[in-house]
Parts: sequence; structure tokens; C-alpha cells
Amino acid sequence: MIPRHLVIGTIVMLGIALGMSVYLWRMRGRVSRVEPAAYSGPIAPPVSGPTEQVTLYVADDELGMLRAQAARIPLPAGRQERAQELLRALLGLYLDKLSPHPLGASAEVRDVYLVDPGLAVIDTNAAFADDHRSGILVEELTVTSLVQTLSANIPGITRVKILVDGKQRETLAGHADLSGFFDVSAVSQMVAQMQSAQ
Amino acid sequence: MAVSRIRAGFLVMLITALVLCASLLLSAPSEQKRVSIYSTAANYSLSVLDRDHRDYVSLLEVLEPLGTVTAKTDGSRWRFRYNKVDAEFSAGKTRARVQGHDVDLPANFLLENGRGLVALDSLTILLPRFLGGPVTFNVSARRLFIGNVSVHFTAQVNKANPPTLVMDFSSPVNPMIATEPGKVRMVFTHEPIVPPSSQTLTFDSKTIPSASYQEDNGAVEITVNGSVPLFASFSNDGRTITVTAAPQTAAQVAARTPQPQLNLPAITSPTQSATYLPSVSSGGAPTYFTVVDASHGGEERGAALSDQISEKDVTLAFARKLRQELESHGVSTLVLRDGDATLSLDQRANLANAAHPAIYICIHAASQETGVRLYGPMLPAGGESRGPFLDWDTAQSAFAAASQTVEASLIAELQKRQISVRTLIAPLRPLNNITAAAVAVEIAPPEAGISELNSPGYQQLVTEAIATGIVAARERLEAPR
Repeated sequence: MIPRHLVIGTIVMLGIALGMSVYLWRMRGRVSRVEPAAYSGPIAPPVSGPTEQVTLYVADDELGMLRAQAARIPLPAGRQERAQELLRALLGLYLDKLSPHPLGASAEVRDVYLVDPGLAVIDTNAAFADDHRSGILVEELTVTSLVQTLSANIPGITRVKILVDGKQRETLAGHADLSGFFDVSAVSQMVAQMQSAQ
Repeated sequence: MAVSRIRAGFLVMLITALVLCASLLLSAPSEQKRVSIYSTAANYSLSVLDRDHRDYVSLLEVLEPLGTVTAKTDGSRWRFRYNKVDAEFSAGKTRARVQGHDVDLPANFLLENGRGLVALDSLTILLPRFLGGPVTFNVSARRLFIGNVSVHFTAQVNKANPPTLVMDFSSPVNPMIATEPGKVRMVFTHEPIVPPSSQTLTFDSKTIPSASYQEDNGAVEITVNGSVPLFASFSNDGRTITVTAAPQTAAQVAARTPQPQLNLPAITSPTQSATYLPSVSSGGAPTYFTVVDASHGGEERGAALSDQISEKDVTLAFARKLRQELESHGVSTLVLRDGDATLSLDQRANLANAAHPAIYICIHAASQETGVRLYGPMLPAGGESRGPFLDWDTAQSAFAAASQTVEASLIAELQKRQISVRTLIAPLRPLNNITAAAVAVEIAPPEAGISELNSPGYQQLVTEAIATGIVAARERLEAPR
């Protein structure tokens, strides 16, 4: 003899499951029909105000290494916003005509997300990777420059992930592996090796 | 009693229904349906949409790679133009008008956000009207051939020792290749391969007894079955795929046969503890085997070293030269990409690991700086290997010391020849996935300029140094034995 309350409980659960199935089915259908919308979010105003001294690790193609370069840039209060401004300042150097490590003219860092514990996610635009020169060293210089600049100025970052246009990409321009996470300590070791190998 | 049985039955049915609903909720989305279209202008693959339990495809996406297309939505009407052919479709209707003639479609035309969708089986009616020529549609496999396009192939096992399956294609092919014990699977998505006379090919060979041909979801899959682990390689600019026993097995197969001649490389087999246990060739002597990987290839050009020089061509030239040098030093060598084929990084790692080499050398080329740069793997933290299963991203960990040994040996030989050399670690796949000593060699031009990368003299100088370095490393690699 099955207790009445067990039968009622089972029927209620079945009803819920059926309801959720129907809901999921409708949602899946809706998702497949939704067209990607153009980005219409707010755009952050340019940062102004008092400047702070930071150290940018600037790639130099001729030397095949990074140069630590002091700079004064206006930085907002938020940790995440500071990280964004820092990398935008670094990219600003690379977009200069006389840059020692030129990047594509439209290359941008779209966002930096700081995710606890110790993970920074750098989201670049498509042009950053699409227009990047191909080669192990030249790609390695870009990656180490971003990671080292970020970790040297924003305490607590232990790992960095680089995305392109919000998505994971296999390599930057055919060589540097972007599929995994960059350990800050390994990148520091790589940078030290670059400097000593000269 | 009967009532309680009915109730029990009712409860079992309820629970079954609940389990079914739960499995529906938890199930992963099924494989994306695709249709492949082959033509003289382009070969491409498109997503298929499920609407009202029917396969639909965007008409604009079908015709866009073949010519100039424009589309305009006017209420429920969709006006479409391909080159000089005008057509008009109405949402929810089966009747369309193409070049002034009424056409009846097998299913309703759908209009979604300005995107005109037609049922997949409508394409055999619509495309001849737009393209002015015949199309052949294999509906069950979702493969559509426009005009007279086809790639034929022949497959035969030669009587070499060990036996080798040689597949010759009428045009270059670039399949995705996966290996598993006793099987090589090749999936062709962009090639208009036509089926052989029989879906199952049988060969008079115990090592490679058969191969099967299958078409499904816009792709062709050819599976080669073997009684031993198999290994595939490309040649003849992607027109030939050769399947043979993986080198270690090849040595064993050869040893079992009466002929004393061993014509495939024999290898050493790395163990997890980074010591080297040599396999035994037919002559009973320990062997030393190298895999040389010419980076990039096929659609992936690598760096544009100059207007005329692509990295993929330079790496192939150096890889072939290095094989020649190594073999002249008595070191068996396999060039992983011996033609202009695209291989993914995972495929490279799989193929190299399946061959069990003592050393894996990956060749790159660059226009920055001069001389040669050697790169060791930058291994990520973590990665846990369990029993015989190595973590894919850190599989190289156990071989880091061996990689450094080879690197040191290469540095010494390059420096002896006054070639400037620099060593770095790099986040460069597939180094991390290789279960052998692994070094990437990036060759930059000498002082004389970029064109020297193609000069036989420079290629000879660099490859001779690398080959001598590999030979010199042998003693140190085998020392733990």
C-alpha cells in the first residue's frame, strides 16, 4: 500500500518537471531566434583628475625584450577601472607611429575583469589579434607586456586570461597560445629570461 | 491487493515519466545540424535550422559565396536578387516567384528578422533556377553538389614492410584526423568527395584489413581499421594520405616478418618517469627516432615573412632538409607535415605522441632579429596526471629535463657554427602536449637579409647544427638507462 502523501508528492513533482520542460523548450526556441543586437551599453567617460605613477612594461622589437617605463596617468579609484586604464595607456604607446612594438591601428582593450581570487580577464577587440604581426617572439612580447604591466601595478593578480572580442581564441596570431591562463609567476620568469638572454 | 498493484504500476509510470522529463532537462543540446555545399567557386558548410520539425536554411547564406546577393523585406514579402535573377517569396507560403515564373516549394517559406529561410529540400528546386545549372543533393547526408564537382579517391595497401595504405585523391584534401587504437578516422567537411563503389573497402592485409566510407551531417568520414595502432601522414601537396602502423608498432610488425629490411623509423619509447626504454628494431639494436614538425601549412600561412615568403613554406623546406641531415647521421626521422596540409595543434600533438619519438622538434620561422631562437615549453601550474593518463596541458612536465638536455645540445652546436642563438620559454602549443623531449626552433634570417631564409647554404648550415645537436643529445638522453 503506497501512502497517499507519496503519490501526491510524486504527482506535484511530475507537474513541476513537465512545466519546466515546456518552459525550457520555449526558451531554447526563443534563443535560437534572437538576432545579435548591437552594443548599446553606456560608454565610460575619459578618465581625468590627479595622475599617479605607474610602471609600464613596454615591448621592444629591436631588443626583443620588455623595458620598464615609468609613466604618470590619471587612474580612477576602482581596481577594475584602474586595470583598464593601465592597459589602455600601454596600448596607447603601441599605437604611436614611433612605437618600438607597433600594433594594428584599431587594436583596443575592451575591458578588464578582475575575478577573485587573483584572476584578471583581458578582453581585447578583434583587431587587436587580427592585425597583430605573426611570430613567436613578437606575440610573446605582446602577451608578456600586458600581463607584466597588469600584475606589477594591480596587486593580487596571480593569473591572466586573454580573450579576443569576448571569446576564447586559440592563438594570438598563429603562435602565442591564448587557450589557457597565464600564471603571473611563469610570465615573470619568462620576462626575466628575456632580459638575461640579451 | 489488486488496487495496491494498480497504484504501484501508476507510481512506476509516474517515476518513469519524471526520469524522462529530467533527462530532457539535463540533456546536452544535440549536435548542430549542418549542410555542406560544394561548387567550383567555393566549398562551404552552413548551419541547418529546425523549424516545424523540418530542416531549413537561409537562402541568402546559401547563395552569398557564389555571387552577388541582395535581399529586401517588404511586410510579409521578401525580395531577393542573386546576380541578375530576381525572386520574391511570401512568409508562410509555399508559392514563390523566380524570374517571373511561379515555383512551388515543398514547405512554407519563413521570414525571421529579415532572414529568408527555405526548407532544405527546396534547394533542388530553387538553385537550378538561380544558378542556371544542375545540382545534386544527397538529402540524407546533407551534401549538395553544384555542377560537376567531385573528388575521387583510390585506396590500396602496398606490400611494403610494414603494409601501408595509400589513399590518392584527385584534388588536395584536408580532413580532421583522429586516431584511436586500431583506427584512424578522417572527417572531410570541405571536400566534394564522392563515395567509392562500395561503402566498405577490404584489403588483403592483416595489418590494415579494411576501411569504411560514411556520409552524414554534411561530412564524409573514412575510417581505416587496423590490427595495430595506425598513423596517418600527408604528402603530394595534400593529394595523398598514407596510413601505416605507428612507428613503434611498425618496428614490431617488421620484426615478425621474414624480410630483414626495416624501412620505417624505429623509435625509443618514453616512460612517465622520463627515462628512455628503447624499442628493439629488427636487428635487435636500440633505436633513436625524431619527429620534425613543420609548423603551419595549408590554410594557415603563418607569418608573412615578406611579400613572397610565407612561414609555412620556409618551415617545410627546413623540416625536409633537417630530415635529410638527420638520416645522413643515421637518425630515423618523421616529418609530420610533408606537404601543404592544415593540421591542428591537437592533431600535431596526437600524431607526434602516437609515434613515440625520443625528440620532437617544431620548426618556425620569423623575420625579426637574426639567427636562431630556441623555445622550451611554458608549463601552466596545476594539471594532475592520473595513472597512465597524462594531463593534456601539462603532459610535457615529465619530459622537461630531457627537453632542456636537447636544448643545451642544440645551443652548443649552433654556437660552434657562429649562429647567434637565444633561448626562451614560450606559451607555444603543442609543446606542452608532447610526451617526449620537445624544443621549438624559430629560424630568423642571417645578417644578409630575409631572402637568405630560402638559400640552400643557410638551410644547410642551420639544419646541420640542429642535426648534430640531436645526435649529440642521444648519449645524455639515454644515460639514465
